[in-house]
Amino acid sequence: MAAEPAKVDPMHQFTIEPLFGSGNWELAGYNIAFTNSALWMAISALVLWAFMLGGMRRQLVPGRWQMAVESFTGFIEDMLAANVGPAGRKYVPYIFTLFMFILFANMLGLLPLGVVGVHAFTFTSHFTVTGVLAVLSFAIVLIVGFARHGLHFFSLFLPHGTPWWMAPIIAPIELISFMVRPFSLGLRLFVAMMAGHVLLEVLSSFVISGGNAGIGYGIFIGIPSLALMVGICALEILVAGIQAYVFALLTSLYINDAENLH
Amino acid sequence: MEPEAAKLLGAGLAAIGCGLASIGVGNVFAKFLEGALRNPGAADAQQGRLFIGFAGAELLGLLAFVVAALLIFQ
Repeated sequence: MAAEPAKVDPMHQFTIEPLFGSGNWELAGYNIAFTNSALWMAISALVLWAFMLGGMRRQLVPGRWQMAVESFTGFIEDMLAANVGPAGRKYVPYIFTLFMFILFANMLGLLPLGVVGVHAFTFTSHFTVTGVLAVLSFAIVLIVGFARHGLHFFSLFLPHGTPWWMAPIIAPIELISFMVRPFSLGLRLFVAMMAGHVLLEVLSSFVISGGNAGIGYGIFIGIPSLALMVGICALEILVAGIQAYVFALLTSLYINDAENLH
Repeated sequence: MEPEAAKLLGAGLAAIGCGLASIGVGNVFAKFLEGALRNPGAADAQQGRLFIGFAGAELLGLLAFVVAALLIFQ
């Protein structure tokens, strides 16, 4: 849909475009342009790195910064201890990286940098990115499951105490619910971020076109929309945290299946 | 009916799914709060399960959004 210039196109913010004239870079026939998506991934990795570096001074009495970092690591460690048990400790680095990377990506995408003319790009609003993260988690589950339990891992598809005549029905259902996990994991994050950003853009277009249409429209449509936008922004910050948490939580639950079967 | 019009109508109907999912998410948190107020001591330990239920209820609403997006943009 090619909108005329005066209209606000809510999908335009998700356009991926090559930066710094790298549009023609190729490797083995594939385009490897450095896009705005890659730029924001690099930025969130850098910010995360700086955040961690500031908090890893290992002081006996932690300062504020170290306290913030330690509360995050403690949070992830508690979550794994509660969901996986003692075997979960070795997954703390992975789950922590996953949680912090998604959290920083969601938060950086919400920054109001448009005021200074920079377009903050939320790369978690693309299924390619969240899908790869989900496949990574799923691959770890498969590798750990088969390495620890061998072919016994397939007993995951038949819960304990299933009557024998129910087995032909239960096993396919469990198999489907297992195979659909990477999709639901990636889809949830991508749609939640995308829907929020579309909503904000649509509301902002109400404000802009309401203001342009005249003083009456500006007061009765623009102002309420702006108030709603502020509220939705607060909700989006909440959603950014919850989605990162849910992604980490579900990954740890799946790892629990692989570690302990059920 | 024109196929384009039917597509847009279908996308609009998919919004019903979003509304139903909001009932589901509301139910999850309402029941949690109900239980938590009866037994506040046990509430903190169950927060993980609260978010599992939330994630399940929310996903089905998000699927409605995906259906709508597919109908509009395909």
